[in-house]
Amino acid sequence: MVYAAVAAGSFRRYATYRIATAAGVFTNTVFGFIVAYTYIALWDERPHLGGYDQAQALTFVWTGQALLATAALMGGGGLDEMQERIRTGDIAVDLYRPADLQLWWLATDLGRAGLQLIGRGVAPMAVGALAFPLALPGDALTWGWFLLSVLLGVLVSFALRYLVALASFWLLDGSGLAMISGLACMFFTGMVLPLRVFPGGFGEVVQLLPWAAILQVPADVLMGVRSGDALVRGLLFQAVWAVALLALGRLVQSAATRKVVVHGG
Amino acid sequence: MWVRAALAYRTSFVMMTIGSFAANGLDFVAIMMMFSQIEALGGFTLPEVAFLYGTSGIALGLADLLLGSIEGLGRRIRDGTLDTLLLRPVPVFAQIAADRFALRRVGRVTQALLVLGWALPRIEVDWTVGRVLMVPLMAVCGTAIFAAVFTAGAAFQFWAQDAAQVQNSFTYGGNALLQYPPTVFAKELVRGVTYLVPLAFVNWLPALRLLGHPDPLGLPGWVDFLGPVVAALMCTGAGLAWRVGLRGYRSTGS
Repeated sequence: MVYAAVAAGSFRRYATYRIATAAGVFTNTVFGFIVAYTYIALWDERPHLGGYDQAQALTFVWTGQALLATAALMGGGGLDEMQERIRTGDIAVDLYRPADLQLWWLATDLGRAGLQLIGRGVAPMAVGALAFPLALPGDALTWGWFLLSVLLGVLVSFALRYLVALASFWLLDGSGLAMISGLACMFFTGMVLPLRVFPGGFGEVVQLLPWAAILQVPADVLMGVRSGDALVRGLLFQAVWAVALLALGRLVQSAATRKVVVHGG
Repeated sequence: MWVRAALAYRTSFVMMTIGSFAANGLDFVAIMMMFSQIEALGGFTLPEVAFLYGTSGIALGLADLLLGSIEGLGRRIRDGTLDTLLLRPVPVFAQIAADRFALRRVGRVTQALLVLGWALPRIEVDWTVGRVLMVPLMAVCGTAIFAAVFTAGAAFQFWAQDAAQVQNSFTYGGNALLQYPPTVFAKELVRGVTYLVPLAFVNWLPALRLLGHPDPLGLPGWVDFLGPVVAALMCTGAGLAWRVGLRGYRSTGS
């Protein structure tokens, strides 16, 4: 399958940047420590804030750092390259290829996410688990559900970033939109503060938005806040958003390719 | 030139400036949401945390406005375009800092200024001329300290070409740290940013003095006023590192 080859190629490509990955691990770890201490202070003042105990709050911090690069929580994640190809007109070449544009980029994104989960996910989580008391599951099954949930989260994240990249067909330079969407992602995934801590009705609404599928649900699955029915509902929530957003991406893509006028040609 | 280039895509520029403004703003929204649940964090009230947040944000924002482009050095080393800069009769440092100068970064400074403006009338300080002067002095020294970190980080990239991220841990990570009171963090971490990478002089030490909070490390009082000395030392060190790095640069290719 061509897409499997594309994903494998993307995995290898990101594996080449070993120093960059090590630097990323360092950064994730530093930020993890800073945020962890602020959460300890916060949960000291208000134990069981958002229904988490302190160990769960700390687990949330380190899950966030582990998924930061994997699920591209700050936006980008390789799709800025597609955006640039639209701006320069190189996208015309891609459209001539006998491969589907969306599946092609999805394959590269899955390859990238896979490498970064191993490269930039495992190490910060291990450091976090050594330095702080975390609420990690002891059984392999929960870890399995967590990985499935992460995969669904990456799909949702990809679908959102793909829509942003497609917007370049109309905006030409999409870097402004990409930046805003990256910020929205940081805020509404719970990376800045867990969504369960958001106050009142606002807190309930943000947990229904697609961004909640990227970090909040996988983190809750990992620390066992979601099990049984709640686990199934969480995974379904992620799957529905993934399918809906990927379908929307297809629609926008066909609209965009019908109007495409290549720069200089 | 880069300002004009950025303005060519007007919609994008407006969105980027709003984005840069909001990027920092979201951190503050998170702090406010925390304070909707609590009265004090690590013994500091919301206006006091806002004061820390504003002073650190201004220092990082100004340093980022002046030197933020320098993190592109690693990319230039990798693709060999740094060589072009070496041929021009202008210092490489000035060229690389001006390269892709991003006016949108004023968004961060503006936002930090607004937060500081909100905090100043709300903190309990017995304002004297000396204490009033301490605030702009903090901004200047803080900018110099962060600028030194940017430069040292860039010099490090002469050796480790794609490790721009490490620099981010000290600049943006340092900023994230300084937004919160030092009492929140473990003593080792506070020691690290006092003695190893002296970010504590950007705002923690002078702010503790202004706000009348005790210093968690129990340092003698005169240390709070060492900001300018520390800033000067760091700039000298970073400048030397840059020179050594540039002199040892051997271009790409085999």
